[in-house]
Amino acid sequence: MSFISRGFQRRQAPAAPSDRVPPGQYVTRDFPVLSAGPTPRIGLDEWRLELVGALDQPRSWSWQEFTALTAEDITVDIHCVTKWSKLDSAWTGVPVDALLDGVEASAAFVVAHSYGGYTTNLPLDDLTGGKAWVAYRYDGEPLEPEHGGPARLLVPHLYFWKSAKWLRALELRQDDGPGFWEGYGYHNYGDPWREQRYSGD
Amino acid sequence: MARTAILRRLTWTVGKVIARVDETARVRSLTIDVPGWTGHLPGQHLDVRLTAEDGYQAQRSYSIATPGDGSHVTITVERLDDGEASPYLTDVLVVGDQIELRGPIGGYFVWEPGRGGPLLLVAGGSGIAPLMAMLRSRVAAPSDVAVRLLCSWRSAADVIYADELDAIAATAEGVSITHTLTQSAPDGWTGRRGRYDRKALSQLAWPREQEPLTYVCGPTGFVEAVASVLVELGHDPGRILTERFGPTGG
Repeated sequence: MSFISRGFQRRQAPAAPSDRVPPGQYVTRDFPVLSAGPTPRIGLDEWRLELVGALDQPRSWSWQEFTALTAEDITVDIHCVTKWSKLDSAWTGVPVDALLDGVEASAAFVVAHSYGGYTTNLPLDDLTGGKAWVAYRYDGEPLEPEHGGPARLLVPHLYFWKSAKWLRALELRQDDGPGFWEGYGYHNYGDPWREQRYSGD
Repeated sequence: MARTAILRRLTWTVGKVIARVDETARVRSLTIDVPGWTGHLPGQHLDVRLTAEDGYQAQRSYSIATPGDGSHVTITVERLDDGEASPYLTDVLVVGDQIELRGPIGGYFVWEPGRGGPLLLVAGGSGIAPLMAMLRSRVAAPSDVAVRLLCSWRSAADVIYADELDAIAATAEGVSITHTLTQSAPDGWTGRRGRYDRKALSQLAWPREQEPLTYVCGPTGFVEAVASVLVELGHDPGRILTERFGPTGG
């Protein structure tokens, strides 16, 4: 059965070619904010990024150490499960590959932990191979707290809740387990091109 | 924190509009009968999918403004003039029309009387919708949870649920409702003016010692400002829950 909404029609010309916009998404030029609580404010002198869990030796970076790592400029489309997509968003960040370089790990999954307590889970394979970064600049400026600064995960091929804001640690794990939104019925993997918004999609 | 996981599959369902209320010139409440609706918690939302005859589709999320009530759900939609879905919902859809939706969605930004309080609800404009579901469930339940609802509107003409809020304020024990107008106030306006800044919230919010449970919903700037001030006032960030929508919520 195909349902038609009586009297509904497209009001706007497509803002982008359809191969740039996943099903059910619309393009925005703004940068909406979604978070479950107040925005944490983390001073750069107290900020640390940690790599913990199922690996030979935990690692950790101060802000100075982290920003001394070789960073990349990335221009990508991002897709939020609340339906907006933002095309050509410009970031600067350290590839997760660089953080994992030389690590001996027996892990297949990662839980990203944020300042403020947020978590999200991803397969390790989705963070490696040039697919994910820890970003700390947006549009040429330091990343604002409301958008996840000092630094956030950037995993543009998955819905944006996987790109944890206010990143504090990456925990390598042998087993998978739901993060914050995943525990509330959002999809465990979250591929926007397969419209995996909610559990069972 | 107890999790209310909703891990069953959410399927698209066709519901029927059974009531439409003009809340303001720009805001409508639509009550939809959804066969097979399995209930929801105050604060949850649903997804609407609109399909044009040429197959074009648009999806949007809307908070549910009513507590669980059998197969009925009410959403409150503000028309955004440059939007695509909201003008359809506010100006085209009428009682008797069908609408495709799925839900309920979200399990964090929810409140039921059993979660306790004291409860602080802070609404920016049509961000009141999920908070209204919470307030309505509090008023309907045998509950003594104390509630303060703080609403922020541009002008008196923008007040949503005005009569119902007046009635609740006049009759419900333990519930206080404050309105503030940020832009213009009519002659004779006896409510507040201006924004919920630090000074206003230090008077109007529950003191931090009472460990209130706080829900804030509205545009991003509003939510950012209110939540930040509450944290500055010493409120536990873990007891401040936020829901934000941008100007492109369409």
